[in-house]
Amino acid sequence: MNTNELALKAHLLRRAGFGASRSELESISDKSYEEIVEDLVHPERFEEIDEDYLKRYNPELSYHDGHPIHAGRWIWRMINTKRPLEEKMALFWHHVFATAHYKGDHTPSTIGQIEMFRENGLTNIRQILIDLSKDPHMNYWLDNCENHSDQPNENWGRELLELFSMGVGNYSEDDVKQAARAFTGWTFEQPLPLYPYGHYESKFVFNESDHDNSEKTFLGRTGNFNGEDIIDIICEERATALFICRHLYNFFVEDEPQIPAWSIEPPRNPEAVDAMIDILMSNEGELRPVLNYMFNSDFFKNSFYKKVKNPSELVAGTLKLSGRYAVVPAEGENVGTLYNTAAVMGQALMNPPTVEGWHTGHEWIDGGTLNERVNFAVNQFNDVSSPGFEDILGRLGSAVKSVDLVDKCLDLIGPIEVGDETRQALSKYAEEVGDLELSTDEDRAENAKKIARMIQLIVATREYQFA
Amino acid sequence: MTTFTQKDPVFVVVQLSGGNDFMNTLVPYSNPAYYDNRKFLNIAEEDVLPLDGTLGWHPEMAPFKELYDKGMVSVVQGIGYPDSNRSHFRGMDIWHTCAPDEVSTIGWLGNVIEQLDPRGENPLTGVNFGVGLPRAMSKAGVPVTSVSNLDEYGLMSGISAQQQRVQALQIFKDMYGQAVGSGPVMDYLSRTGMDVLSGADLIKVAPQQYESTVEYSDNPIAKSLRDVARVHTANLGTRIFYTQQGGYDTHANQLPTQPGLFRDLSRAVNDFFADLEEHDADENVVMLIFSEFGRRINDNGSGTDHGSGGGAYLVGKPMAGGLYSEYPSLERDKWEKGEDLAHTIDFRGIYGTVIEQWLGLEAAPIVYGNFEQINPFRAN
Repeated sequence: MNTNELALKAHLLRRAGFGASRSELESISDKSYEEIVEDLVHPERFEEIDEDYLKRYNPELSYHDGHPIHAGRWIWRMINTKRPLEEKMALFWHHVFATAHYKGDHTPSTIGQIEMFRENGLTNIRQILIDLSKDPHMNYWLDNCENHSDQPNENWGRELLELFSMGVGNYSEDDVKQAARAFTGWTFEQPLPLYPYGHYESKFVFNESDHDNSEKTFLGRTGNFNGEDIIDIICEERATALFICRHLYNFFVEDEPQIPAWSIEPPRNPEAVDAMIDILMSNEGELRPVLNYMFNSDFFKNSFYKKVKNPSELVAGTLKLSGRYAVVPAEGENVGTLYNTAAVMGQALMNPPTVEGWHTGHEWIDGGTLNERVNFAVNQFNDVSSPGFEDILGRLGSAVKSVDLVDKCLDLIGPIEVGDETRQALSKYAEEVGDLELSTDEDRAENAKKIARMIQLIVATREYQFA
Repeated sequence: MTTFTQKDPVFVVVQLSGGNDFMNTLVPYSNPAYYDNRKFLNIAEEDVLPLDGTLGWHPEMAPFKELYDKGMVSVVQGIGYPDSNRSHFRGMDIWHTCAPDEVSTIGWLGNVIEQLDPRGENPLTGVNFGVGLPRAMSKAGVPVTSVSNLDEYGLMSGISAQQQRVQALQIFKDMYGQAVGSGPVMDYLSRTGMDVLSGADLIKVAPQQYESTVEYSDNPIAKSLRDVARVHTANLGTRIFYTQQGGYDTHANQLPTQPGLFRDLSRAVNDFFADLEEHDADENVVMLIFSEFGRRINDNGSGTDHGSGGGAYLVGKPMAGGLYSEYPSLERDKWEKGEDLAHTIDFRGIYGTVIEQWLGLEAAPIVYGNFEQINPFRAN
């Protein structure tokens, strides 16, 4: 495998997944880039992650009292899954259909929604929007349970159009009202009362007696529409395809302006987004063909390190490099803490700030979050006995020359490309430590810390903040 | 502006996150409508700490009442804004940006900090204590420092060997310090990295210098206010401090929850001002305590749901003390949205009061308009 090909595959796995260690990259060295894309969009080809060990070591996962441990479990899945795009699409839809735990405070619904995105995230826009409309977590979050035939509540109807499908400017206020009417009676039920049974999964129900059965006119079409009809109409609109494709481009390729600006500012790369729209529409909303096209496109391949990592990517990606929080957790690794790790960087998974989701791109970074990002990544390489670092050390062979140290480490951490000033600063450190012998155990014990320090400096760079 | 002190005025914001129930903070115990509408969740007349024969403090707020009785608390009754948004985050956004009609990323204190330190020379002009920078303090190009743990704040703090940490920090500086011009995001990262570095370098003296006989309680808000005191008394030029106390979203179990929060808060605020007084550092400090909304007038049997009008408190030596604006009417036909306390003064007028009368800046460009102000400061 030549370096360019390796770098390209690493890039693909950073974006379509959460990065890859060198061993993982080597394990797919016999596959072409195109074959890896095919594998990514077909996660069912790979075994589902086994949570048995995790549950054994974290018995509190069996309870549904709080979401942080489940958000931590999600990050653990990002690290260990054999189906990286499945988890990445779940994260994508969580960004787009931002639903927060704090309102309902109902853990089974919160984690149920993420599970739904895992299952349907690579299917079809129509399917995803229908599932979303029936999701109890979303239903409660946007008050559709308060949307009654005699007293419509527009919240869901409005956000469905504004934030989840078409975007501002493509429908009228009256369309919002009509959409809301079509979703009257779409609610959920709790199979068991909260007291004394605790939190059990809620289920969607269509309450026919509370549904507005009269005629509605929505986006110029008239009929006795139900919710599914509204989604059918939405899915025929090019505006919806544009909205979804722009989200995909923003999430996987290059940071776009924040969503509220989308009605004013055109896409960064209109040709790319147009091509994606055409593919999405000619495939009747199927996502796999669009993703396949996108990952194989030149615009994707040329977008190395153009996106600021979101905190989940930073946390999961760094832990993949250090080899921590593996399938079988090591002593002291409590997945619940991973929730807070990403939260202090600005991404409390399962608790986005508003229905508009997180502000992304450079808005992930401020003085406080940069401090957290750098310190977290640096701290993962304090311990030279971590499996990931031992692997890196092993790959450096029996000795490493001072002049090679920077390049070798940059290669094993990415490969990551850095600017001249970063390279100079790293080289200065390499000169200070000099040539390093690694052939005997004593040599390794003495020099491991020095190499770990180089890795720490690399994960502290500006460049490492990008995916 | 009052010229109460020759020192630069300092402003501390304490955000009560979740929507504090104003009616059970400053209790209208003489009004039968209060007991009629708060059937379950009321404070009995004999329990309140009376203030003027009509209103009384929550029984857990004795340390706060003590400050009030000293004339150090100017209470803003009925603070809010038209058509109050009941979402926590949206509601908080509006308070943070003064922009109720659009989603803005420019915080009002970001604007204030920019005016206090136009060239961004001191990254400690604005300091937040807590996890994540509040939007109130953020504005592109305005450096502020956000500290989650003052004693361990700073880059590379996980590298325990001092000499090696110094070396790592020097390399960090070399990497981030170059004005590279390789794109706006990279430049932004460079600037932010350098701000974190210099902010941490400056702020680290604070825990070293600080000594006090005041013993704060062991809870998050007490810890945060102690951090504010430690940085303020270190004279690092900080003009705006921000911190928050969470937990006020009392839909359920309000009776056991709110008293604990008030106990922590009022003790912490009292200790904070005692601490500043001990350091002769209290004359130039004004604190604003606010929450994103009040809660519903009727309780729900266990708690109260999101409401509108609430209360805010300006605390400090420079205050004249007393009650300002009007307590929202409890008469049913005056309720906002048919179920909330209606606001009687716009929060942007209170910000404006602080901005003009305390910080000596022009309010209109920061709060986007002219809003009724109050006169809560002591005449010189």
